[in-house]
Amino acid sequence: MFRGSDTKMAFVTPSTAAESYDVIVVGSGAAGGQAAYTLTMEGAKVLMIEAGRNYDPRTETPMFQTNNMAPLRATATPDKPYGYYDATVGGGWDVPGEPYTNASDEESRQFMWYRARMLGGRTNHWARHALRNGPYDFKPKSRDGLGFDWPISYQDVAPYYDKVEMLIGVYGTNDGLENTPDSPEGCLLPPPRARIGELLARQRGRRIGVPVIPIRRAVLTRPLDHQSIPPKLHPGNPKAQRILAEDMQNRAACFWATSCGRGCAIRANYQSTTVHLPPALATGNLDILVGAMVREVPLDTAGRATGVVYIDKATGSEHRAGARVVVLAGSACETVRLMLNSKSNRCPSGLGNSSGLVGKYIMDTVGAGWGGQIPLLEDLPLHNEDGAGGLHVYSPWWLYKEQRAGKLGFARGYHVEFGTGRGMPGANAPYVPDEGGRTRFGAGLKEDARRYYGSQIFFSGRGEMIPNDDSYCEIDPKAVDRWGVPVLRFHWKWSEHETRQAAHMQRTFADWVEAMGGVNHRKPADDGSKVIEPGGKVIHEVGGTIMGAEASRSVTNSWSQTWDVRNVYVADGGVFASNADKNPTLTIMALAWRTADRILDEMRRGNV
Amino acid sequence: MSDPRSSGRPLAARMDRRLAIKWMLAASAGALLADPLGLSAAAPGAGPGGYGKDPDLLKEHKPGDYWPLTFSEGVRRDVAALCDIAIPADDRSPSASSLGVHDFIDEWVSAPYAAQAKDRKVILEGLAWVDAQSRKRFGSAFSDATSEQRLSLCGEMAPAAPAGSELEDPSRFFRRFRNLTMAGFFSTPAGMKDLGYVGNVPLPRFEGPPADLVEKLGLTGEVTW
Repeated sequence: MFRGSDTKMAFVTPSTAAESYDVIVVGSGAAGGQAAYTLTMEGAKVLMIEAGRNYDPRTETPMFQTNNMAPLRATATPDKPYGYYDATVGGGWDVPGEPYTNASDEESRQFMWYRARMLGGRTNHWARHALRNGPYDFKPKSRDGLGFDWPISYQDVAPYYDKVEMLIGVYGTNDGLENTPDSPEGCLLPPPRARIGELLARQRGRRIGVPVIPIRRAVLTRPLDHQSIPPKLHPGNPKAQRILAEDMQNRAACFWATSCGRGCAIRANYQSTTVHLPPALATGNLDILVGAMVREVPLDTAGRATGVVYIDKATGSEHRAGARVVVLAGSACETVRLMLNSKSNRCPSGLGNSSGLVGKYIMDTVGAGWGGQIPLLEDLPLHNEDGAGGLHVYSPWWLYKEQRAGKLGFARGYHVEFGTGRGMPGANAPYVPDEGGRTRFGAGLKEDARRYYGSQIFFSGRGEMIPNDDSYCEIDPKAVDRWGVPVLRFHWKWSEHETRQAAHMQRTFADWVEAMGGVNHRKPADDGSKVIEPGGKVIHEVGGTIMGAEASRSVTNSWSQTWDVRNVYVADGGVFASNADKNPTLTIMALAWRTADRILDEMRRGNV
Repeated sequence: MSDPRSSGRPLAARMDRRLAIKWMLAASAGALLADPLGLSAAAPGAGPGGYGKDPDLLKEHKPGDYWPLTFSEGVRRDVAALCDIAIPADDRSPSASSLGVHDFIDEWVSAPYAAQAKDRKVILEGLAWVDAQSRKRFGSAFSDATSEQRLSLCGEMAPAAPAGSELEDPSRFFRRFRNLTMAGFFSTPAGMKDLGYVGNVPLPRFEGPPADLVEKLGLTGEVTW
């Protein structure tokens, strides 16, 4: 069925790579990692192509470095937009030699594109928030007439959410809340205890009607059950079970120190490089080629993809690799670029673009922030609040009823992430009030800093954006990258559904600070367009190759298979037909697993 | 566009310091990156001389490792004196300069990034003002003035100054300088200890907040997991 080979596969170069594979996976993050994992564990021979460098979190993660060991106390810079110790390599809002453009000079009409150039991609630095989409989130148009329904429902994806949670390890609880699905027994790990500020926010949130529950994050609060999980994930496949069981035992549980954004040397949190790739490599079925930029998916005369054309970034030379199936998983927008740059007689406007929709309906998450100071949290006794290196609690959207009744002025919901506590000091001065505008200094300054340390709370609203005709990307007619490959040009516009939602976030947060007996440093904005984060800033880039029930109105079918080229699949967030407030990564992985299962079936049947 | 840092530094060493600062400020006004978010395709990100997009995160770094520093010996002494007025020693922790915070500030204002270049203008202008006032009033460099003299000058800069007033810029400088001093100080091991940060140590389990604190704040009922 699959290519036979007893050779142990591993990291390859253009000259050592095989001529042909069962599947080529473009990209190595959440989508590429999951697709390669599923395919190789079930016996397919896979070549994974990553544009960035090799990266090993076990040896490269700055686990206990303090900020004074870093330049500029580890503050964010254009080189490292999330701070010096953030795991991102070779990327950020700009990648040297790999530009993108915006059609408009107006800031509010621009899209910010965050990329990483490393094995594992953006999974190495992500917040590890692993929320499931709910049933409503797959059928939004049926509920309010806006945007698009997905051609699949929650029930189609639920078994894959279960599997991904068991594989990567997710902490959280089942709270039975509307459109916030519970997980079956055995999927979740216990949540960490709430910090003191989180407990206070929970108590006072209730006064303004906002629920606070444990968040779901991909961090091991205890070791994974290496005996019961592997048979559930790989029934009838003893080799896969053995490899996974062994690998699960090499992942340690969290030791409650260091921020997850740095990556994790003990593999306690999910990154493609800590969870997907080690077992996939252990199968002997995976070859990984790093430092290679795929620029085209060529077709044969029958209209089937033959593999990929890529540029070896070290030498600039061009190479080809062949495969029966090509999986695009380089991020929503990178996939758009690759498809639009793959022009042929059969696909003159780009691969899979007979609908003209490749690049259309790109989405991000609506974001707005807020901060307050809470006197009840001043002068607390010394205690360690590092916890699981990120959030322990959050608020799922709670105003479904009011929204349905049309009382809010915007159609979709948001969830609330918030941070309190006595985090590791860095490049921002600890808060002191400087009463009367007088800059405090001297002996009193130290006393103030001690008193107010840990008494601040910061809220981030994370809301659903509705896809619109004004938010899309296309090939820039002029600009090219370092290798002469045409680059993306973005168009962006928030609608009033998003800007009103952003204003609602700030009003809620200001009320919440007051309910905590706290001090708001300013007034919430009336006009949400003044406080909404720029498009792309939340790094929840999805859409652009949306899935649908009809070939004329979507780019892929319900299996993420392109309508036009049957052996090309999209595994990344590009296929999202809507972008629920839930962080997209868990859904990307669930869909990638489902797509990989489908590919395996189709290969076994000889359909691809 | 010229880079004020690369061309300013050698000048600062051999020219009259105030003249050099004036020259550098004039240059840096035009050198602030026009595109701080890096949205433009043309913007390559950090200017030359930054630490790049793939630095060795495990290596302990010292000011001056990635880019040359700015302060002459005299300015460095003034900055150390100002740091210690903002954060003096007490029975819990040492002074800011004894932890090298003045070198952190030097690293900060010398950095080839837009946000720091903006601070550079504020800080260097403020330092020049402090130096001029000190020489005029006390007949000496700030670092050689008496502690009463130093305190009185800082006391003048501390209050919020109305826009357009003579003290507007010194006041803005003093706030920014104080905040950089706090950041530099409290992120050192001694500063973190003083502040009460007790994390960054591996633990067998996470216990959550102390039970008596939870009870004191009336939150016992919220502990449901």
